[in-house]
Amino acid sequence: MSAVSSGQQTRPMYYLLLLMILQLGLHTAEGVWPLPQTLISSTERFPLSPQAFYFGYGRQSAAQQGCSVLDEAFKRYFSLIFPDYTSAYGILRFSTDKPFTVEVSVDRADCDGYPDENSSERYNMSVFAGRASLKAETVWGALRGLETLSQLVYQDDFGSYFVNKTDIEDFPRFQFRGILLDTSRHYLPVQAILKTLDAMAYSKFNVFHWHIVDDPSFPYQSRTFPMLSSKGAFHPMTHIYTQSDVRRVISYARMRGIRVLPEFDSPGHTKSWGQGQPDLLTPCYKGGIPSGTFGPVNPALPSTYQFMAALFKEVSSVFPDSYIHLGGDEVDFSCWKSNPYVRAFMQKMGFGSDFTKLEAFYMEKIVNITSALNKTSIVWQDVFDYHERIPKDTVLHIWKGTPASYHDELSRMTKAGMRVVLAAPWYINHISYGQDWRNYYTVQPLNFSGTEEQKKLVIGGEVCMWGEYVDATNLTPRLWPRASAAAERLWSDEKQTSNVDKAFPRLQDFRCKLVRRGIQAEPLYVGHCKQEYQGV
Amino acid sequence: MLVLLKFVVLLLALGSGQARQPHVVVEDAEPVFEPSKFGSLWPLPQKLKSTQDAFKLTSFRIVDAKDSSAGPSCNILQNAYRRYYEYMFGAGQKQGVFKLRRSGPSDLTGLQVWITSADSECDGYPSVKSDESYELSVIQPFAVLKAPKVWGALHGLETFSQLVYEDEYGAKSVNATIITDFPRFKHRGILLDTSRHFLPIKVILANLETMAMNKFNVFHWHIVDDQSFPYLSRTFPQLSQQGSYHPYTHVYTPADVKMVIEFARLRGIRVVPEFDTPGHTQSWGKGQPDLLTPCYSGPKPSGAFGPVNPILNTTYDFMTQFFKEISTVFPDGYVHLGGDEVDFTCWKSNPDIQRFMDAQGFGQDYSKLESFYIQKLLDIVTTTKKGYMIWQEVFDNGVKLKPDTVVHVWIGGGSNEEMGKVTAAGYTTILSAPWYLDYISYAQDWQKYYKVEPLNFNGTEKQKALVIGGEACLWGEYVDATNLTPRLWPRASAVGERLWSSKDVTDINDAFNRLSAHRCRMVERGIPAEPLFSSYCQREYKGI
Repeated sequence: MSAVSSGQQTRPMYYLLLLMILQLGLHTAEGVWPLPQTLISSTERFPLSPQAFYFGYGRQSAAQQGCSVLDEAFKRYFSLIFPDYTSAYGILRFSTDKPFTVEVSVDRADCDGYPDENSSERYNMSVFAGRASLKAETVWGALRGLETLSQLVYQDDFGSYFVNKTDIEDFPRFQFRGILLDTSRHYLPVQAILKTLDAMAYSKFNVFHWHIVDDPSFPYQSRTFPMLSSKGAFHPMTHIYTQSDVRRVISYARMRGIRVLPEFDSPGHTKSWGQGQPDLLTPCYKGGIPSGTFGPVNPALPSTYQFMAALFKEVSSVFPDSYIHLGGDEVDFSCWKSNPYVRAFMQKMGFGSDFTKLEAFYMEKIVNITSALNKTSIVWQDVFDYHERIPKDTVLHIWKGTPASYHDELSRMTKAGMRVVLAAPWYINHISYGQDWRNYYTVQPLNFSGTEEQKKLVIGGEVCMWGEYVDATNLTPRLWPRASAAAERLWSDEKQTSNVDKAFPRLQDFRCKLVRRGIQAEPLYVGHCKQEYQGV
Repeated sequence: MLVLLKFVVLLLALGSGQARQPHVVVEDAEPVFEPSKFGSLWPLPQKLKSTQDAFKLTSFRIVDAKDSSAGPSCNILQNAYRRYYEYMFGAGQKQGVFKLRRSGPSDLTGLQVWITSADSECDGYPSVKSDESYELSVIQPFAVLKAPKVWGALHGLETFSQLVYEDEYGAKSVNATIITDFPRFKHRGILLDTSRHFLPIKVILANLETMAMNKFNVFHWHIVDDQSFPYLSRTFPQLSQQGSYHPYTHVYTPADVKMVIEFARLRGIRVVPEFDTPGHTQSWGKGQPDLLTPCYSGPKPSGAFGPVNPILNTTYDFMTQFFKEISTVFPDGYVHLGGDEVDFTCWKSNPDIQRFMDAQGFGQDYSKLESFYIQKLLDIVTTTKKGYMIWQEVFDNGVKLKPDTVVHVWIGGGSNEEMGKVTAAGYTTILSAPWYLDYISYAQDWQKYYKVEPLNFNGTEKQKALVIGGEACLWGEYVDATNLTPRLWPRASAVGERLWSSKDVTDINDAFNRLSAHRCRMVERGIPAEPLFSSYCQREYKGI
């Protein structure tokens, strides 16, 4: 029956290996995902008791009690460290346990700020008897350390908590570690976004790339142009993100050290914009008259740029991050070609019949708008491919091709001195049978020909979950733990994490942790978690 | 023509829009979206006539018809009335109570359910012979659902609930409709695998509920396999004590099993358990010493074990007692005995087996040994008065089968040649080969499942009549409670319609439109059925 079982005949080794590791107690520091850069742990273990467990600020720490990011994090991580703790616990058991204190120190008290492209996420942590010391330059680094600590704690068969003596020095390999969610092809309730942010923090992702609008719908409720969502959303009341929804997402992300990078993709992928903003899109022509359909944004009208300036002014004030994603991909020229006014504009501008020049003209204007707003533009690779003359501080986003072709693209872009984010190998909406996480894990982002200087221009990578076939019903199990495989590639040292078979039991263990934390992360293969997912 | 306005709004809002998907070649063009004239009906009834005369549901009640042979003591129906009332009007909503006005000329005040045969089968279990037909007439002043047995009435209630739609202000309406309906195939199953991953009871129940929404009627419970033995046997408690992932948290107790069976019965669903032997039994060996064949490496036992040991009398004593228990625990007329994928290498390595082969005159033909085992097992199960189902290899290997054996075809993807062979030999058969839903791929693979024609093989009419249905299989290697439900639905719904509706219901665009609406209804009912394509549901999934 199960044709798969032929595969099983070859697999039991993994399984046996996993069982053995679990029995020997995998609950050493190897249980941390993504793997820290340097980690020394011993078998000496210390018992922990929720009644006698404290977070505190070091005396030298720039941040002290009242630091919103850390105070909130202490609350969160207490429950994550002691998942079955309830207030009744203390009544049942009089505690004479020795206290254990986690002392957190940061160099800068950036408690009310937002994480940004330069934020240090480095931390050092030492766990001794009765005490753990966590030191970081920023609160964002301290958050990463708290996540690591929560993964170091384990329970024995009787439910008692332990942590082993451990020393960790850790920092991310790449500064930009993103997840893209697409809220246009399907609307994702805010709750689903928040849950994803939680899970992102567990895998140390730090950028939520919010592909908020696209052809199918425009759920962003603009205060300047409210008609965009009232006409362009799937439903103007129930399928929108209000300003307060957006603020909630941003602040929830901030608390977890996650940047929110909004994408307002143009000039293509804008069908839904046209419904609430007349004259924005190019009318397509058929046989000399308008056909009634619309194409990309109309680049020939001054009103277009006035609208875009106003919209991006709003977006740049709503979203505090210094990046704005401008899209710029997959522009279909056929409608522009059909439109006599666009053709006349081409003549006037001296573009001849080269529509990529028109496209480049448009993108340049948009990039200038965001530059004037002091924002860094990030654009899909298409913009570089058709227009090499873009501002040097623009970040390019690679989404196409096989490893060979994206490595070539990486070479070319970094040679041109541009910064790059790599997404091509992590189009995680594409599903297939079996353990495709292995493909995401074995990506080598810097394996292209180029100088050391060039390689430094690769600022990170991004996992993309496009929304054609994904909504709140299946997002979480499709995203996790597959995205976690990419997370380790982007955070950890590549040499230490080059063996995918060694990663397998660690990732299995980590996915059970996710399930325990209420994230419905799907299984990697046969097996079980001590606590299975309790939903449906 | 039946046009459900609710869906006009819903469907028009669906955009096109292909995202950045350079690596994907979409085989078929995406279907064009339009509301179906059949609204959201799924699976499509056999015969249907409707008009655009709409009736409002006011002070609506579902009641037994005066002449019905099933009354207030019929649990199946009373539970179903409440269930469907809540689906249509929401739990706790006091529909119509505050309306003082009398019902108007365009109102529908109730649905009368009329079981027409003397024996409603209310207290029985559904079987492969159950009559599932029904007739539904939605006309004023009340709608009437007529069915010979309760099983048809359950399907009719589901259909009625699918006819009800909501206007902009939330008022419920239904259009004048006459339906005559019955399934094309008798056996419409879903296989869930609780061995490779343990599935909490809650997940099994939610999927039984969803099966009823799709008119499936067999839950094939692949309850044990190599990886774990979660079935808690009263006779052999060591099997799950030793063989499950965890002896307390990852087992199905007798009470759990009872609950599943009753929950299924109330929805007209049979529970067919599978205890697969002689292969796929690694987990059995942990709690039942000497059951499995010790494998040898050279002259010595290697410590590993192979399939069930077919040469020991103790094996058959064990099976006799075990299947005696199974036959009392599971009321269905059939037990699935597996019999697939037996690996001979361990048997070959074992000198005792060699001697036995020689003594029996089997030579080196291990399939004869396998047949020997299966034959004895079938004789044992026959004494429990159960019919049996087996995977196709048992038939392929020429084991002598009872005439009422159901041969389960699973090999070969879409090819139906095997169906021709099995039916030519006179056996009834069910098809699963094209419906292995654990194999996932990008985009709308439901279309592939939908386009299967189970009778598309060379054979006489008589042969085709032996095909009693099919099953969608969701093997558990990569599936557990976290992802099972969205992976199964609505992909299995495609199989559901193929097995229920008339052969000529093949319009893929119309299917897309109805299935999109049907999936939103499942979502609204709390089932996280995944989307078919870019679009939205009026009420998105809330259970995050």
